[in-house]
Amino acid sequence: MTTTRYTYYPGCSAKGVGRGFTESLDAVFEHLGAGLDELEDWNCCGATAWPSVDENQAFALSARNLALAEDAAPDGGPVDVLASCTGCYRALLKTEHMLGERGPVAAKVGGALAAIGLDYEGRARVRHPIDILVNEIGLDAISQAVVRPLTGLKVACYYGCLLVRPFATFDDQYNPTSMDRLVEAVGAEPIEWPLKTRCCGGSCYCGGPVIGAMPEATMQLSYALLREATKRGADMIATICPLCQFNLEGFQDRMSRRFGRPLDVPAVFISQILGIAMGIDEGKLGIRRLLRWRLPEREPAAEREPAAVGAPAPAEGGGHARA
Amino acid sequence: MPASHPVCEDRRYIPKARDMRTNGSRKKWRPVKDQSKFEAQLDPGFAAEIAAEVPGGELLHQCIQCGTCSSACPVSAYMDLTPRRLIAMTRAGARDDVLHSVSPWVCTTCYACTVECPKRIPITDIMHALRRISLREKTYPRRFTTPVMTKAFVDMIHDRGRSTESWISMKLYLRTNPAQLIKNASIGQRLMRQGRLGLKRESIHERGKLRAMLKAVAS
Repeated sequence: MTTTRYTYYPGCSAKGVGRGFTESLDAVFEHLGAGLDELEDWNCCGATAWPSVDENQAFALSARNLALAEDAAPDGGPVDVLASCTGCYRALLKTEHMLGERGPVAAKVGGALAAIGLDYEGRARVRHPIDILVNEIGLDAISQAVVRPLTGLKVACYYGCLLVRPFATFDDQYNPTSMDRLVEAVGAEPIEWPLKTRCCGGSCYCGGPVIGAMPEATMQLSYALLREATKRGADMIATICPLCQFNLEGFQDRMSRRFGRPLDVPAVFISQILGIAMGIDEGKLGIRRLLRWRLPEREPAAEREPAAVGAPAPAEGGGHARA
Repeated sequence: MPASHPVCEDRRYIPKARDMRTNGSRKKWRPVKDQSKFEAQLDPGFAAEIAAEVPGGELLHQCIQCGTCSSACPVSAYMDLTPRRLIAMTRAGARDDVLHSVSPWVCTTCYACTVECPKRIPITDIMHALRRISLREKTYPRRFTTPVMTKAFVDMIHDRGRSTESWISMKLYLRTNPAQLIKNASIGQRLMRQGRLGLKRESIHERGKLRAMLKAVAS
């Protein structure tokens, strides 16, 4: 297995409230013989707030990151920039498209970059870590690395809005499957559900990790997701965005009170599920940073001896009773 | 398993526009005071203004009013003007009503409408454009949270280059509804114990250069 290093753009959330995402991605990529190098001196992508104030400045913010990524790899080939937060992914991807079209805005942004001594040649390719895991590292390599198959674990894969919208780059726009395939590769069972790409309301509190802007709307949107996943028997929800993850895990008590139905589904990052299956130490995966976490106790299916990863937290007898 | 309809099953919880309070405060959001009633109040150039602001915005004129955007929108129930109405009113030139509307600020920018639109109208980008214009002309809903947060966020990135979530949320609460600060203190504390929420302000090294770049590109 050759070692490939990727340039990694974490974004503010994946370094803050979604710190576990960066940690677990790092560990999983390392385990699979690849590596993530954090982009030096990256700045915020502008999220959804900058385009509401000045779109050109929003493009310039992302363009600076892309230019820095190019500088970090001076050998002339295309540079893969991995953006884990789907908000950042969309912002950087949109900028990549815009700069690729070479219109008047691109010229203006290029001029502003030149003013601070940066130059963007168009070599950066914005990609999501899931894309790399499925399409470059490959599902075979991932299943070979599994030491503790998560047989019987039912996972609801939640893709969120911005991974496949507005650009569907590596997956289907209406029914994305890459995360489901990853979950299958580690022996767990992805559940079929229709809310894979429905908005969780995370951007209602963009930038603020505590339920903020529109509590009513956010709770309603997340509740629909959590309730649907629970109804279909999911043991956990796998996410790929720090905002979605926090939004889904953080307010379950409040939603239970508000909507009068008990909710208790851990929302974790897909990389944490992969890491657990690969027997990586929990400390490296940021499991302790989750507000809820448990693996359901099912029949012990692990033929190979699992690494020092005991099932933490008293499991509540597996699947969820239908309310 | 038979596919059941994925909505909240209890009718009680179907959201109403009147739930859309400013950050849970008692003050309710009031819709536009003086709705345009006469043709003389309309601004026929408004659609062209939007079309100039958004790439692909001229597709606005091809809208067939099918309502797919409104049904795809996860938060249209909270809007005073649904996306379909917003597009129709923009096209008709109801500039004042559209710019005073809360809808662009409720939009979560999930791009569901853009993807579903049979005429490929970039509705989400139009929402962004409406936000820009209403910020410029100061017609945005004053005590509503999203504009406050947008400004706090933008100021922070302008100064530091990165956002610090704890500061953003504290600023937001202090400026809109300080009671939320107390209500959310417990979850904030839990996150701090887990190392997910720090009070240390994040920053990049080349802050001066970033500001210079932003100044050079400002439109």
